[in-house]
Amino acid sequence: MKKMHIVALVLIAVAIAVLISFMGDVTTYDTIAVARQKPGKAVTLVARVDKSQPMEYDPVKNPNYLSFTALDTLGNSIKVVYHNAKPTDMEKSERIVLKGSVQNNEFECKDILLKCPSKYKDDKNATQKNLNASYEYIDSAKS
Amino acid sequence: MNYIGEHLLPGQLGHFFAVLSLVASLVATIAYFKANKTALPDEKQSWLRLARMAFLTETISVLSIFLILYFLISNHYHEYYYAWDHSSRSLQQQYLLASFWEGQEGSFMLWSFWHCVLGWVFTWRVKKWEAPVLTVISFAQFCIATMLVGIYFFDTKVGSNPFILFRDQMGNMPLFANPDYLSFPRIKEGNDLNSLLQNYWMVIHPPVLFLGFASTIIPFGFAYAGLLNKDHSWTKPAISWACFSGAVLGTGIMMGAAWAYESLSFGGYWAWDPVENASLVPWLILIAGLHMNLIYKSTGYSLKSTYIFYIFSFSMVLYSTFLTRSGILGDTSVHAFTGADMTTQLVLFFLVFFVPVLILFFVRRKSIPTIRKEESSYSREFWMFIGSLVLFLSAIIIIAKTSTPVFNKIFETNIAPPEDPKFAHNQVQIFIAIIIGILTAVTQYLKYKDTPKGYFIKKIWLPTLIAVVCSGLISAFGNIDYTEKGIGYLVAIHVAIFASVYGIVANASYVWIVLKGKLKVAGPSVAHIGFALFLFGVLISSSKKEVLSENTTGINLFQKTKDQDPAENITLFKGIKTDMGKYDVTYLRDTANDFDRKKYFELKFESKDGINNFYLYPDVLQNNKGQEGFSANPDKKHYLDRDIFAYVTTWSGMAAKDDTASFRAAFIKAGDSTYYSNGIIILNKVQINPENFKHPVNAGETPVILDMTVIAKDGRKYPVQPGFAINMKDSTIRNLPDTVIAQSLILRFNKITDETTGAMQIGIKETQNLNDLMTLKVYQFPWIGVVWIGVIIMVIGLLMSMVQRIKKSKLSVA
Repeated sequence: MKKMHIVALVLIAVAIAVLISFMGDVTTYDTIAVARQKPGKAVTLVARVDKSQPMEYDPVKNPNYLSFTALDTLGNSIKVVYHNAKPTDMEKSERIVLKGSVQNNEFECKDILLKCPSKYKDDKNATQKNLNASYEYIDSAKS
Repeated sequence: MNYIGEHLLPGQLGHFFAVLSLVASLVATIAYFKANKTALPDEKQSWLRLARMAFLTETISVLSIFLILYFLISNHYHEYYYAWDHSSRSLQQQYLLASFWEGQEGSFMLWSFWHCVLGWVFTWRVKKWEAPVLTVISFAQFCIATMLVGIYFFDTKVGSNPFILFRDQMGNMPLFANPDYLSFPRIKEGNDLNSLLQNYWMVIHPPVLFLGFASTIIPFGFAYAGLLNKDHSWTKPAISWACFSGAVLGTGIMMGAAWAYESLSFGGYWAWDPVENASLVPWLILIAGLHMNLIYKSTGYSLKSTYIFYIFSFSMVLYSTFLTRSGILGDTSVHAFTGADMTTQLVLFFLVFFVPVLILFFVRRKSIPTIRKEESSYSREFWMFIGSLVLFLSAIIIIAKTSTPVFNKIFETNIAPPEDPKFAHNQVQIFIAIIIGILTAVTQYLKYKDTPKGYFIKKIWLPTLIAVVCSGLISAFGNIDYTEKGIGYLVAIHVAIFASVYGIVANASYVWIVLKGKLKVAGPSVAHIGFALFLFGVLISSSKKEVLSENTTGINLFQKTKDQDPAENITLFKGIKTDMGKYDVTYLRDTANDFDRKKYFELKFESKDGINNFYLYPDVLQNNKGQEGFSANPDKKHYLDRDIFAYVTTWSGMAAKDDTASFRAAFIKAGDSTYYSNGIIILNKVQINPENFKHPVNAGETPVILDMTVIAKDGRKYPVQPGFAINMKDSTIRNLPDTVIAQSLILRFNKITDETTGAMQIGIKETQNLNDLMTLKVYQFPWIGVVWIGVIIMVIGLLMSMVQRIKKSKLSVA
C-alpha cells in the first residue's frame, strides 16, 4: 500500500470521526414535555409565543431580560427566560425556534430564531389576506 | 372584463422568450452532443453550426427575458405579480436591480445570463472543447429554463413564470372584480423590496456570486468532456478557468459576508448560516480541484482526484441551490428562501448532473491513466495532495452538518443543530486552518517529483524563523485570551495564528528567495499570502472581538445566573450621557429620512481618555412585506486597527405600533380649540388642495388639510396638519393622520358633523410610549480590515495565476 493511500485513509477516518462526534453535539427537536424530562440538557423547541400570557421586557429596567410563555403544538407551555434583547418582530412571528435547556422549571433560552410568515419571499396567502383586508377597508370607507 | 391601464404585450413577449429559450437550449444540447459524437468533419461542422444558432437564439431569449423583466420592474407595471411583489414606487432607483433578483425567478435568470456569457467566451477561447462543454452548459440552461416557464404538464406545474399577471396569480381576490384595480393604492405602490435587501451590496453581490456559481460549470464540463472522449488534455486549459472561478466565487461569497457585516445585525460577517455554508462548500472543493489539476499537469499524478473534485464542485453548487431554494432550511437558516413549490425540480436538477457523470466516471475509471510509482514525501505533489484532500474533507464536513434538515426529512429523525452551532464549526475548522496554513507555507519550497533535502532546509529556515518570532510576539503581547471555550481551544487559536503568519511570511519570502521578485509568475504565492492574511484576520478579529456595550448604568436590576450571560445591551435615554466602560455614549437625537425611509439615531461616543470622539448613526428600517416591526442596520467607525460596530436592538418608538391607547373623539371647527393632557390644540383653518402639502398624494386625489397648532403647557408651539385625500374618480377617502412626536400626540380627521357650520369630529390619541429610549449593542472588531485585505489579495493572486496560465498556453501554441 502506498504511503499516500495510508495518509488519505487516515484523513478520511478523521473526517468520519469528526462527523460522528458532531452527532454527539447535536440537539434534538423536542416537545416541551420531553424537554422538561431532561432538565439541564440542551434541546431545541419549536413553539409559538403564548399571547394570552404577559411578555415581560422593560429596557429601562434591564435591556437583557426577556421572559414570555412558549406554547407547543401539543398544548404544553413553559416560561422562557432569555438574557438578551427582545428580537424585533417577536409578537408577529408564527413560530419560534428556541435553543436552550430547562432549568428550575423554566426554559433558559440561549438563542431565538423567529419564523416569520416569510423572510425573503412573501407567503402568498399572507399577502392575499393582507391585500383583501385593506381592500375591504377602502370598500367600507366608500359606502 | 376590460381592465384599465394594463400592459399585456411585454408579458406575452417575455413568456414567449421563456418558452423559446427552453426549446432553443434543448436543441443546442442535442446539437452540441451530436457535434461532439460524430467523427466526420463535415457532419461535425453542420451540427456545430446548428448548435451555435440554437445557442445564439437561447442567448437572445435570455437577454430579452432579462430586459423585459427589468422593464416591468422599473416602469412599475404592477399588473405583473413579480414587479408588484419585489419593488415599490418609493424604492430608490439603484435598488431596482436588487428587486430583480430578490425572487427565485430573477436569480435563476442571473445564473442563466452568466451561462450565456461564459458559453460565448468559451467558444471564442477554447475551440477544441467547444462541443462537449457547451453540451453541458446548454443542458444546464435547459434545466434553468424549466424553472421559468410556469407551464402545466399533466397537472404538474413546471417552473414559475415571472411574467404571470397579478390577477392570474391570485385570481380569486375580490379586488380583481374592479376593472381599475391598478389604481388601488396597495397595488399602485407595490409590495416593496425586503428592507434587509435595501443595501448597495445587494445590488452587486448577487451578480458576482452567480457568475462564480455559473463558472464552476466549466471545470465540470471539461471533466465530462474528458471522460466522454477519453482525452485528458483538457487539464491544461482548465487551470485558468478554475482560477477565474475561484477568484469570482471567492469575491462573491465575501461580498455576501460584507453585506452581512454592514447591514445585518448578526454581529459579524460570518455566522456559519446554512446559506453561507452552501456557497463556501463549492469554493473549497473547486480550490481543492484546482490544486489536483496542477499536480496532474506537472507530474501526472492525481488525475482521478481532479475529475472527482471538479465534478463535485459544480454538483455542490446544484445541491446548494436545492438547499437554499427549496425551503428545507426553514428551521435552521435565517435567510433561506421559503416556499417549497419547486422542490422536486430542484432535486432533479442536482441529480441529473451528478449521477450520470459519476456513473460515467466509474465506467471510464480504468481508462484514466494513473502512475504506479509512489510519490516521494519530499515532493510538492505529495503535500499538495494532502492539502487538497483536507480542503475537500473540510467541505464535506461542513455540508454534512448543514444537511441535517435533509437527513431529518429522509430518515424522519429530529436532529437539531447543536446548542452553539458556530462553535461546532469553528472547533473543527480551526484545525483545518492550521493544516492548510502550514501546508501553504511549506509546500512551495518543495519541488515537484523530488527535492534535495539540503535545498529545502536552506531555503526554508529563514522564513520559518521569522514566522516563529513574529507569531511568538503576537501570542505573547497580543492579549489573545479567548478562554470562553476552554484552554484547548485557546491553544489551537495560538497555533493557528502561527500557521497563518507562517503562510504569509513563507509565501512572501518565496517571491524574493526563489522567484527573485518576478511578479509575473508570483500568482500562486500572492494568492497564498492573501489566503493566509485572511485566516490571520479571521482569527484575530474573532478571538479578540469585544462587547463594548456592557451595562454599567447602575440601573441594572438584573441578576447574573451561574451560567455566563450575554448582557450585551445597554439602555440609553435621549440626551443623557451613559457610561459604557471605555466610552461615554449619548443618544443625541433621531431623525427619519424620507429618502431612504430609515430612522437614524445620532450617537455620540466619547472615549474616557478624551482622544477618540466620534459619532455613529445606526438606523432602523421599517419592515415590510407583511412583517411589522423594524430591522436594525449597524453603523461602524473604522480605525486602522479596529472597527467599532453598533446597532439598535430596541427603541421605544417600536412599540408605538402596538399601543393600546385609542383615538378620543373631539368636536371642533375652524378657529376653535380643544384640549389634550398637556395643552391645547387649535384648528386654524381648513384648506383644500394646499400648495405645500407634506403627505404624498396620488394622481386623481384632492387633499384636504386641517391646519392646526398644538400649544403645550410650557408654551412651545407645534404646527400639525392631519387631513384626508379624496379620490375624485371613485370618491374614496384616504385618511392622513399627523403626529407631534415631542408630545406623543397623534391627530386625525374623523368626519364632518355639520356641513353648514363646518364643524367636524377629529380623533386625538396620546400614546403612552416614551419616545426617547433605546437599547444598543456595541462590538469592537480588532483588525477586521485584514480579513477584507486578505480576500482582495487572494483574488488578485488567483487572477494573476489565470493570466499567467493563459499566456503560457499561448506561448506553447506558438
